Amino acid sequence: MSDASQPVDEVATKVDEGALGSFASGVQTTEEYPLRVEGLRKSFGGITAVDGATFQVESGSLTGLIGPNGAGKSTTFNLITGMIKPDAGTVTFNGEDITGRDPHEVANRGMVRTFQIARELSEMTVLENMMLAPQRQRGEELWRSVLPGVRNDVREQEEELLERVWEVLDFFDIDHIAEEYAGNLSGGQRKLLEMARALLTDPDMLLLDEPFAGVNPTLEKKLLKHIHELREQGYTFLLVEHDMDLIMNNCEHVIVLHQGRVLTEGTPNDIRSNEEVIEAYLGGNV
Amino acid sequence: MSVRDDIAARMPGGDAGLIVATLATAYILYVLAGVVLGYDLRGQLNSLATLTFYIGVFAMLSLALNLHWGYTGLFNIGIVGFMAVGVYVMALVSKPLYVAGGAAQVGGLGLPLIVGIIAGMVAAALLGFVVALPALRLRADYLAIVTIAMSEIVRFSFLSGELQQFQLLGTRVGFGGGSGLILDFVPPLEALFRSVGLWGVYLGFVDATKVIVPTNPKPVVDGLIYGLLLLAGVTVFFWLLKRTGESPFGRVLKAIREDEDVANALGKDTDRFKIKSFMLGCALMGLAGILWLMPQGAVTPNFFRPRVTFFIWIALIIGGAGSNTGSVLGGATFAALLYQGPRYFQNLVTTVLPNLDSPPGFGQAVGPLISQLDPVPFLLYTIDSIRQLQLVVMGLVLIWLMHNRPEGLLGHRKETASVISLSRPKAAAAATDGGSADGDVQTDGGVDVADSNGGVDDE
Repeated sequence: MSDASQPVDEVATKVDEGALGSFASGVQTTEEYPLRVEGLRKSFGGITAVDGATFQVESGSLTGLIGPNGAGKSTTFNLITGMIKPDAGTVTFNGEDITGRDPHEVANRGMVRTFQIARELSEMTVLENMMLAPQRQRGEELWRSVLPGVRNDVREQEEELLERVWEVLDFFDIDHIAEEYAGNLSGGQRKLLEMARALLTDPDMLLLDEPFAGVNPTLEKKLLKHIHELREQGYTFLLVEHDMDLIMNNCEHVIVLHQGRVLTEGTPNDIRSNEEVIEAYLGGNV
Repeated sequence: MSVRDDIAARMPGGDAGLIVATLATAYILYVLAGVVLGYDLRGQLNSLATLTFYIGVFAMLSLALNLHWGYTGLFNIGIVGFMAVGVYVMALVSKPLYVAGGAAQVGGLGLPLIVGIIAGMVAAALLGFVVALPALRLRADYLAIVTIAMSEIVRFSFLSGELQQFQLLGTRVGFGGGSGLILDFVPPLEALFRSVGLWGVYLGFVDATKVIVPTNPKPVVDGLIYGLLLLAGVTVFFWLLKRTGESPFGRVLKAIREDEDVANALGKDTDRFKIKSFMLGCALMGLAGILWLMPQGAVTPNFFRPRVTFFIWIALIIGGAGSNTGSVLGGATFAALLYQGPRYFQNLVTTVLPNLDSPPGFGQAVGPLISQLDPVPFLLYTIDSIRQLQLVVMGLVLIWLMHNRPEGLLGHRKETASVISLSRPKAAAAATDGGSADGDVQTDGGVDVADSNGGVDDE
């Protein structure tokens, strides 16, 4: 922890501790390790993409998941969030076995992911994108949205949601593009939108798949700042990233995947000096 | 933006204004055509009633299809199957009980018309459920294959001798097979006015119209009133689908259309949403089918050929998938120009130029064009066979649209999927307005973000 605290302070010195208090309804993680992955295995044809990966993510931490190309990072993400079903192994979230659950069930339980290539909903405005995210909206029941009378309940909730949405838009500094169609945004703006959207689902834990890929340094700094602020609010982060420096400077815990297995894990300093990791990245049989 | 967007923007009343203007233009054109064709008043009124009828049914159907395709991205090319099930189930429920020696070969359950209509809609929705359940788990193209196959299965089922007549609840019922089914229930208008106790008033009104149409005015008035009822039906469809679209439910549908995985990853049970949207659309298609065929007196399975499905697709594409106003506009334009138009055009030409003989065959039509560069026989031949060429014209329009305006007349999809306007709530706007002028935006939490605008904008 002490290793990581330094850069955190550098980036987020101006942050008021209560910056997110108004829209984060509080994180209810009680487990010390909300996410536990055990013996996860998945093969596609003859290729075993994930081969018995076992790790856990500490509550309130910013954990990095790294590994050379083809190490199985994205597949692991997909397995955890239910996009694909594992051949073997278990995923436990907040004490509940969520192995093989559908993505929406995983998201409903408070674990939300972003995608490696930002997947905005192009022909919807930024505001519509954001309004989509909150869970358990009354108006998602067709009859409530259509019938006169009950629609007022929906309207009420929409008004509450809209306030939250604008707060998050302000927080991520994308309020000036709120009325734009998401398809017109730049790459970096899409990344911001995607993280903002994920946050609006009110998750306990966020899985970010290469959130900094193709992002310029200024925006990268900004995204990092947001992540650190959110982490201080109690959100847990699991982060897939290629940029070693970035991981080493920001995560307090790093998991190294290699050939579908956890090669090693530990603090950035441990990882930096680990012979096996250097081997895996620089030579070895990738 | 393109020229037509400008037209829509300049039109008083926006999209609604455009719809009214389009309808008015269509009616004026038809009246003018009627004048040239020498229609008397009765003929004019009949022609307008027919036009209104088709505008009504096509607008309703393209609205229903818009829910499937425009909003949810569900590729349904089996529309006609849901219409057929709606009509046939309605007939089964509402036809009078079988009487030996009557004109009808089979009877029905003899229940009131409204019960039959609801039963027809429910049956169409249930068929939608059965079709959707396996297909929605697959990708879009599979749903297309399943739905068109389903619509043909439905047609052949109603054609089959097995279902021609059978016993149900001790009475002889059936679907009439290939020879068709006589819809010998109380005519819909009569049922409607009787149910509200206004039948006498209506008959009095019909009598009063003898001032305008001296002999037997009832069919004319019936046609016009039914047309108006259909337009009221379009309004109800529009209202329902607008509310559906402008809601959190509609928001999820839009998200499914854009990227189903994202909607799922954000915690939406996309399969449930797709099934609900599909069933609602199917029920509406069933209702539109009922309203189309109810006043026709009889129904045969071969009415429900896939071409009707494609008519509705063309209507939706003309109007613009994803827009409810566009759907209505597309339905009206299709009905007036492509569906009814060619017949009127042919009549007009033969009335204005009565002495022209068109060549009897394709060879005689093309021969002069090639040998003497004389296009007249070919043009005459084309006009003479314009009703057969109707489908070709529709295809050409479709190709042209796909190349030049794939989003349709009003395909801007600007109908915000929300119950409320999404602009910044007033209180919050006041809090930030002061700061934004000098670029020093302060959010409520005091996060200093003044340095970051450049970082976002310069991508």
